[in-house]
Amino acid sequence: MSRRSRSGLAVVALAALPLLVLGVFFVLPVAGMVGRGFFPAGAFDPVGVLEVLGRDRTRRVLWFTLWSSAAATAATVLLGVPVTFVLHRLRFPGRRLVRAFVVLPFVLPTVVVGVAFRTLLAPSGPLGALGLDGTPVAIIAAMVFFNLAVVVRTVGSLWEGLDRRREDAAAALGASPVQVLRTVTLPALLPAVVSAASVVFLFCAASFGVVLTLGGLRYATIETEIYLLTTQFLDLRAASALSVLQLVVVSGLLYVAQRTRYGRGEAVDRAAARSQGRAATWRDTPVLVLTGGVLALVAAPLATLVVRSLRVGGDWSLRSYRDLADAGVGPGATVQVPVTEALANSWRVAVDATALAVLLGVLVSLVVARRPGGRLERRGVALLDALFMLPLGVSAVTLGFGFLVTLDRPPLDLRSSALLVPVAQALVALPLVVRTLAPVLRSLDPRQGQAAASLGASPLRVLLTVELPALWRPLLAAAGFAFAVSLGEFGATAFLARPERPTLPVLIYSLVSRPGEHGFDTAIAASVLLALVTVSVMAVVERLRSPSMGA
Amino acid sequence: MPMRPRGRPARPAALRLLAAAVVTLLVPLAACSVVGTGSTEDSDGSDGGTGSSGGTVVVATHDSWAMSKQVLAEFTERTGYRLRVQPGGDAGQLTNRLVLTKGSPIADLVYGIDTTFASRAVDEGVLADYTARGQARSAAAYAPRDPKQAAQLTPIDFGDVCVNVDDVWFREHRLAPPRTLDDLVDPAYRDLFVTPGANSSSPGLAFLLATIAKYDDDWPAYWGRLMANGAKVTAGWSDAYEVDFTASGGDRPIVLSYASSPPFTVPEGAERPTTSSLPATCFRQVEYAGVVAGARNPAGARAFLDFMTHRSFQAALPEQMYVFPVDRGAPLPPAWARFATVAPRPLTVPSADIAANRDDWLREWADITSG
Repeated sequence: MSRRSRSGLAVVALAALPLLVLGVFFVLPVAGMVGRGFFPAGAFDPVGVLEVLGRDRTRRVLWFTLWSSAAATAATVLLGVPVTFVLHRLRFPGRRLVRAFVVLPFVLPTVVVGVAFRTLLAPSGPLGALGLDGTPVAIIAAMVFFNLAVVVRTVGSLWEGLDRRREDAAAALGASPVQVLRTVTLPALLPAVVSAASVVFLFCAASFGVVLTLGGLRYATIETEIYLLTTQFLDLRAASALSVLQLVVVSGLLYVAQRTRYGRGEAVDRAAARSQGRAATWRDTPVLVLTGGVLALVAAPLATLVVRSLRVGGDWSLRSYRDLADAGVGPGATVQVPVTEALANSWRVAVDATALAVLLGVLVSLVVARRPGGRLERRGVALLDALFMLPLGVSAVTLGFGFLVTLDRPPLDLRSSALLVPVAQALVALPLVVRTLAPVLRSLDPRQGQAAASLGASPLRVLLTVELPALWRPLLAAAGFAFAVSLGEFGATAFLARPERPTLPVLIYSLVSRPGEHGFDTAIAASVLLALVTVSVMAVVERLRSPSMGA
Repeated sequence: MPMRPRGRPARPAALRLLAAAVVTLLVPLAACSVVGTGSTEDSDGSDGGTGSSGGTVVVATHDSWAMSKQVLAEFTERTGYRLRVQPGGDAGQLTNRLVLTKGSPIADLVYGIDTTFASRAVDEGVLADYTARGQARSAAAYAPRDPKQAAQLTPIDFGDVCVNVDDVWFREHRLAPPRTLDDLVDPAYRDLFVTPGANSSSPGLAFLLATIAKYDDDWPAYWGRLMANGAKVTAGWSDAYEVDFTASGGDRPIVLSYASSPPFTVPEGAERPTTSSLPATCFRQVEYAGVVAGARNPAGARAFLDFMTHRSFQAALPEQMYVFPVDRGAPLPPAWARFATVAPRPLTVPSADIAANRDDWLREWADITSG
């Protein structure tokens, strides 16, 4: 009995800090902003909000949000899982670099990617003949482009740690490769796939830049509606109504995901020695071809960016990069701070955000990966798990303005604090960290921990000797991912009063919207630079993770 | 030394993990982080400042803010105030930020509220009564007409939002470029025009207002004809100009942009720009600054507002933010002086009308363009 209550205490202790952060930097601001819609003149008046929910337009917007996000999620998973297999189970030269490459889209600013896509798809572009400019297909393609990394990295961390002997045994017993995949591999991967899919769905449902840019304003999602209602019309009532709707949709999705995941959370034997991956055989041809195709799709918009950054007035030139380098010196400089300074700012913010996201992520993962005995406890853990996913699915506009209206007086006078941006980014990165770590932790056989405990190990010892060693590689993966997220993040911080030190994405946005001389080309050059830095960071992370380092 | 107890083979792993945790979390935190470098304090906008006895002035502005360090240092030298600039969002988001934080303001001074949002800022009472002292006489022409607005908003700069055409394309296609808004619905220019949307872009909204100024209550019919003539609407100015405009490699030679755009299309080594703006289509957007009601440092805010109307700040505006100074005596860059035409009679809509109708106009516009 005392053991039980002690474990309950441990959960509370582990969850306390993450809950506090989430409470102050998420629940409070969102509640503050939504509250303004429900209390228009200081008095509770839910009628206006309900009226908005009954509108025809609201129904259309909800429907488009659901189906476009669902289609994009399905496509991302269907394309992402084979790519994950190739990148995490097969051995081939340059594998680490390709893995780093896949993360690239994730950090590129939406505005720039939107333009890259439109350059490809516009009637005058290389793919103009397809007639996709301004269609939902273009929106969905861009969503897949952005989110492929989520599937590859989340599923990859689990997949590379799977013990292959099970598959080998099944094959030895006469199962065909398809049967092995269906009955052994996929069930083991399912928790990670569902995890990844729910994150992708949330990202898709909450993206507004892509929808506006690629849809040519013809398509509206809940997120774009909230954006327009808040920033253009200042119609807080309608925005609140949609924010509530968004919360309901997201919670519903998380509930379904949870059921799927917990229903199958059986322990998976982890490889004693990590498999190095095997060499590709001729039987892998289909999956290799598919992966090649997907990588080409990822590469195409990136290539248009690189090409455009190297062309000035119809000629090949490094001028855009020179403008970047010279920027900030002398009167009439193209940008207000040198790009190196913006990069340094991004780096600092990313370090803080990553440290916070990893710290909180480990704590949350340890809690949500538990398998408590009691039903109530199990419910509590599931609720906690979903709670930390919410920031992904809730409007950045609501959150950003919420910061302004709630964190404005002591003891929480944090509006202009330099901490706000890293914290906001950490909240976005946190679910990715949890989604990477929790499936791995959950796949640990609980008997291992129980055995250690029965041999007299304290809970802390169990944590240090059983749980954390298995976590070390996924932890690095998650940290790298969080770092990449923070480097490229703009949405959540777009509505904060930013300190004067712009990060690289902020610099890119301000260059893009300035009608000045070569501002746009310079912005693209800066995006390419951002991409290069990200690939380098991810490549270093891959290198550290790789078994050849003698770990 | 005691012997290492048996049964703890996993210890090195735990140590390694702890070491990793230390590396991941602590070292970078100490070495190069926002917290570590103490950037919560006032930033280096006041590098050149020697005296800082007057405290800090916080300026809220939009994303397009840019100003040379020399000019800002001059302010600190003259007045002793340090400056902290907080850019974010466009003119609309800037205004809404102020409205939402009324009562505990985020800044002492706001710069970047434009013609289309002036009424919201003033009606919501987020500004204090003050306008710059000693402004150039030419600036008076840009002050708001409404007396209440004129008491709180000081005009700083203006920009004309105009239809631009790619002259090279029209020459190559032996077609006379359009000149007026009426021309844009002429079948001769079918599928040639691209504009950013009115509800997602400030120049897009300016263009909608231009058509309202020109056609009054008939603007919905005009927009119906415009869309029927194949006009394309994009989300932002950048993707209209940078993707669809022929001068940037697209396939539409008529684009909504600024009067200041043509000077930037002078090819290297050439004399003249390859594009021009159409003066008959221009809508004028004036950008204002104002002291925020309840500012912590109202004296500093007034000082910076005065400084923004001085010659050095005004003369830096074209190069830094691509707008025209309201002080018409301030020197313009040479290419501007030649090719950036200020519309002699720009289209305007009274700001009271904008305030009363903007939301309805935008909803109706959205219905027409997405139908």
